[in-house]
Amino acid sequence: MRTAGWRRDWGRRLVVALPFLWLGLFFLVPLLIVGKISLSETRSGIPPYEPLFEIADGALVQVRASLANFALLFEDDLYVGAYFQSLTIAGLSTLACLLIGYPMALGIARARPERRSILLLLVILPFWTSFLIRVYAWMGILKDEGLLNALLLGLGLIDQPLIILNTDAAVYIGIVYSYLPFMVLPLYASLEKLDPFLLEAAADLGAPPWRAFLAVTLPLSAPGIVAGSMLVFVPAVGEYVIPDLLGGGDTLMMGKALWDVFAQNRDWPAASALAVAMLAALALPMALFHHLQGRLEGDGGA
Amino acid sequence: MNARLIRFAAVSMLALAASAAQAEDKVLNVYNWSDYIAKDTLAKFTAETGIKVKYDTYGENEELDSKLMAGKSGYDVVFPSASPFFAAQVKAGVYQKLDLAKIPNAAGVDKGVLANLSKVDPGNAYGLPYMMAATGIGYNIDKVKALLPDAPTNSWAMLFDPAVAAKLKSCGISVLNTPTEAVPAMLAYQGKDPQAQTTEALNAAMDALMPLRPNYRYVHSEKYRADLANGDICVAHGYVGDLVQSRARAKEAKKKQNIGILIPKEGAQVNIDMMAVPAQAPHPEAAHAFINFILRPDIIAAITDETGYANAVPASLPLVAAEIAKDPVIFPPAEVQAKLFTAPPPAPKEFDRVRTRAWSKFRSAK
Repeated sequence: MRTAGWRRDWGRRLVVALPFLWLGLFFLVPLLIVGKISLSETRSGIPPYEPLFEIADGALVQVRASLANFALLFEDDLYVGAYFQSLTIAGLSTLACLLIGYPMALGIARARPERRSILLLLVILPFWTSFLIRVYAWMGILKDEGLLNALLLGLGLIDQPLIILNTDAAVYIGIVYSYLPFMVLPLYASLEKLDPFLLEAAADLGAPPWRAFLAVTLPLSAPGIVAGSMLVFVPAVGEYVIPDLLGGGDTLMMGKALWDVFAQNRDWPAASALAVAMLAALALPMALFHHLQGRLEGDGGA
Repeated sequence: MNARLIRFAAVSMLALAASAAQAEDKVLNVYNWSDYIAKDTLAKFTAETGIKVKYDTYGENEELDSKLMAGKSGYDVVFPSASPFFAAQVKAGVYQKLDLAKIPNAAGVDKGVLANLSKVDPGNAYGLPYMMAATGIGYNIDKVKALLPDAPTNSWAMLFDPAVAAKLKSCGISVLNTPTEAVPAMLAYQGKDPQAQTTEALNAAMDALMPLRPNYRYVHSEKYRADLANGDICVAHGYVGDLVQSRARAKEAKKKQNIGILIPKEGAQVNIDMMAVPAQAPHPEAAHAFINFILRPDIIAAITDETGYANAVPASLPLVAAEIAKDPVIFPPAEVQAKLFTAPPPAPKEFDRVRTRAWSKFRSAK
């Protein structure tokens, strides 16, 4: 009896420990390494930074850590500006994803059950092609002599090609396109669970459809909205490839700023400091989201 | 797991390592710039030596540098630009000394080029030149003429004169995404010492570049090749070899574009790309054989034909296709050559920092 209980307990612990082990190994350890580099100084050599701990004869001789790299970040407003620009682009893209994704998710959730899986498949289908190829495809669509301009010129809607590629607009289009499925899927999951009788009840009580949507559907899908927004917002803040390929370089997002320091200066410590600062600065809005989600779920339960 | 099994595994690992040390696998891992070799070079090398080549490409020196600086990259031959990248990497101990006894064709490399390279690599111990080209401007002849009939098509003014840039803005101007190209070019345009690495020189260049930023469609080191060929941009600051490829593609494109290339009269920077062997290269023997093979006149002539970059093996010139050998932007005439300058040596860390920051600001200015 006792051994069986112990075994069950042990199994439960293992199940809980695995994700922690995963996070520890693939998130915490790399983060600590980056944190360590951010406190050291550059040098010419492999690796291109001074060791933090000096060990001689198996004993720790000296610890050389400095916060100078963090001070560098705030020398002027370049990186602070990049941070806010990243937040703005990610925030507006998230909003656009929500506005486009919500009707899509609602449409799929309200579709006949046999059609739903096909519609969901269509949402996931782009993932079967490489992300990079899809971004390149957008370059082909958006460029001056690209598909979009050819279509608009052909229809006579414009007489000069629109300049979209290499501007902020192209970055927004790229991010919204790439991250839309991450918004639709959690929204669908929460909308699909919604009990249709609730809407019927609302209608019986005299609520017009828009009122029923605002009073019933929207609040009940709040967890999906928060989850989808997180899934879009967080990776979009650190996005590097889309601004690099579609943007004109005047969109200085954090990912690009980090690459500059890392590659052009070969300054790994300063780049690590930037990465750590960015993570810390990102944790703030995330904590806010989390707080919001907790409150919304509290409301939903009450 | 029992102890015997562990011991067995350990012994067999040791045996494996020993055999690897004795005889190299007949494999070579090459990491080169994209579009930077002739179509049949690798096949010929494999046919002659039996060494299989794993070929991988990059688009910016920075990509190569970050892989090398992380330690064991697994590559046997890499192609860094001589300065500042190769120079800094040599200092950092990234490369192994070349064994010239295994590269007899190195004797055919132009002495003048080697002397120039010895400034960043004393005694030419760590690298040999692969290809070289000036940095210039590619432009769409018809589109530029339509907007500005008297465009200064022999000068950096195409990029840096505010009046010209404002006129040509609408058809698209691109600038290379590296201060090590744009800053010397601007200094040359201003009539200053293009190799100066002082804060005053940097500020003078950046102050002039900053207000020009809204005229530039983008700041990028790769996109211009395709965009210039397709007519999506009309003025591109670029490496002459790339511009030559772009010009060739533009002729084959569906909508033919007429591309011109200029090396500014104020002088332009020359980049030499090196061949070097990382210190921890897994196949150093094959790497030496490969470098020797590349430096053979017929092989490097074919690469020059295909890439539009000049090489540093004089014996190869009679074998280069006539239209390439006579092309004044690939092999510039003496009076143009006299004005060319090499990239400045690696700068001190503090200067690097200030420069990158200024460059980030320039690139993201609206």
